[in-house]
Amino acid sequence: MDDTPHSPAHQNAPALSSTPLLRFRHNEKLHVKVPKHTPKRFYGHGIPGVELDKLVGKLIVVEGADCSGRTTQIERLVDWLEGSGHATVRVGLKLSNLVSEELELAKQGNVLSRITLSLFYATDFADQLENTIIPALKAGAMVLADRYIYTLMARDMVRGMDEAWLKNLYGMALVPDAVFYLNVAPEDLVQRNFAKNTALDYWESGIDLGLNRDWFDSFLTYQGLLQKQFQRLQSAYDFTIVSGHRPIETVNSELRHKIEAVLNGK
Amino acid sequence: MWKTFAEQGYPGRLIAVEGLDGSGKSTQIHLLKRWLELQGLKVFFSEWNSSTLVKTATSKAKKRELLTPTTFSLIHATDFADRYERQIVPLIRAGYIALCDRYIFTAFARDTVRGCPPDWVRGNYNFALLPDLTFFFKSRLDVSLQRILDNRPQLKFFEAGMDLNLSTDPYESFKLFQGKILDQYLHMSGEFKFLAIDANQPIETQQNLVRELVCARLNLAAFELPKS
Repeated sequence: MDDTPHSPAHQNAPALSSTPLLRFRHNEKLHVKVPKHTPKRFYGHGIPGVELDKLVGKLIVVEGADCSGRTTQIERLVDWLEGSGHATVRVGLKLSNLVSEELELAKQGNVLSRITLSLFYATDFADQLENTIIPALKAGAMVLADRYIYTLMARDMVRGMDEAWLKNLYGMALVPDAVFYLNVAPEDLVQRNFAKNTALDYWESGIDLGLNRDWFDSFLTYQGLLQKQFQRLQSAYDFTIVSGHRPIETVNSELRHKIEAVLNGK
Repeated sequence: MWKTFAEQGYPGRLIAVEGLDGSGKSTQIHLLKRWLELQGLKVFFSEWNSSTLVKTATSKAKKRELLTPTTFSLIHATDFADRYERQIVPLIRAGYIALCDRYIFTAFARDTVRGCPPDWVRGNYNFALLPDLTFFFKSRLDVSLQRILDNRPQLKFFEAGMDLNLSTDPYESFKLFQGKILDQYLHMSGEFKFLAIDANQPIETQQNLVRELVCARLNLAAFELPKS
């Protein structure tokens, strides 16, 4: 109705400062900090029609092989961020509404050739980027991505895809505010895998590459090749390599420390 | 940067047809295919958006109107890559003449009209070799529109370019969308050496021209099926 500064409601407002409700403001422990806004950008051509200055949330990516501890770390980060009063949204690969079912079918049948599979994954990624990540960032959420374009790129690079082609393709991606790569040696990954599952995964072992007819050897070779590609990507895409060989809490506190810096605008 | 199949040294050849919906290009490539196969030549036909695996995802997405310009572009690139890697390249390496009803230029035109960065789209498709011959069926916009509107009055959402918000009326939107695509085709015609065929002529006249050009550019005797 009347929204001029002289309205009665505004005149009454100062009186409220003495109520117990607002006194919590002065308690440091309860204070929910508004993250400092930092400009967003795309790696390359980007997505048409996105207003970058409206993306006020933060995008935090955790990368690493299966069993590197990604999911555990993300769960703890969600608890910590939500506990600190930040809305969080989790995203991962192969979860899009658009093509995730077909992608799963294609993987099971192993019928797609490499460029096709690569573009299929890119479609899945684009769908989530546009329909989940960007809207969440616009709404001011902390988006925690369980893997991002780097896994997709590293997998393709191991399969001999052209790096320049991948760079152009994923030029559609937003540059995250922080990227962590949980580094675990292949020999440890294999142990962790058997602590959790009773068999090695076809794709995680790189069987399609025909590296070795022995799955155990293939897994070690393939994971080693992926790590090399991640190291290559690290220099171009600037991410933090975190040693995943330490206790969960030690790793998590390192991540929290870096994310705090991100929330403070670095 | 872009090479044709011949320049790559492959034994087969690729002939593509491009043009607006309703330009008559599908009729022409069908007649070309009949002519070549009746001569006992190794011929293969491939159509845009027809890979079986990708098609289920594409048609589902189109029905639910889930696509953005980016995912529209990528899902079609996926479909193309599947046909390209599994059929087109192996067949051409085996010495076939591949006939393609629409090729990468369809994507260049449509995706650019939808607002995707042109360099990004071209970059995504740069794994593909160029056709050895590209026929562009150049029709008057009103003629192609009439042909489509006469046959299929029920226009689909993406086909009519409704996602571009050009108009709330599907027919009006279709007309504006097709006009923009025509501009894109004309824009790349020189760069990609399109052989423009006047699509307003009789079917037979056009087919004559197509056959003459194919004869002149390809040594057809090299594509004979092995005698059994």
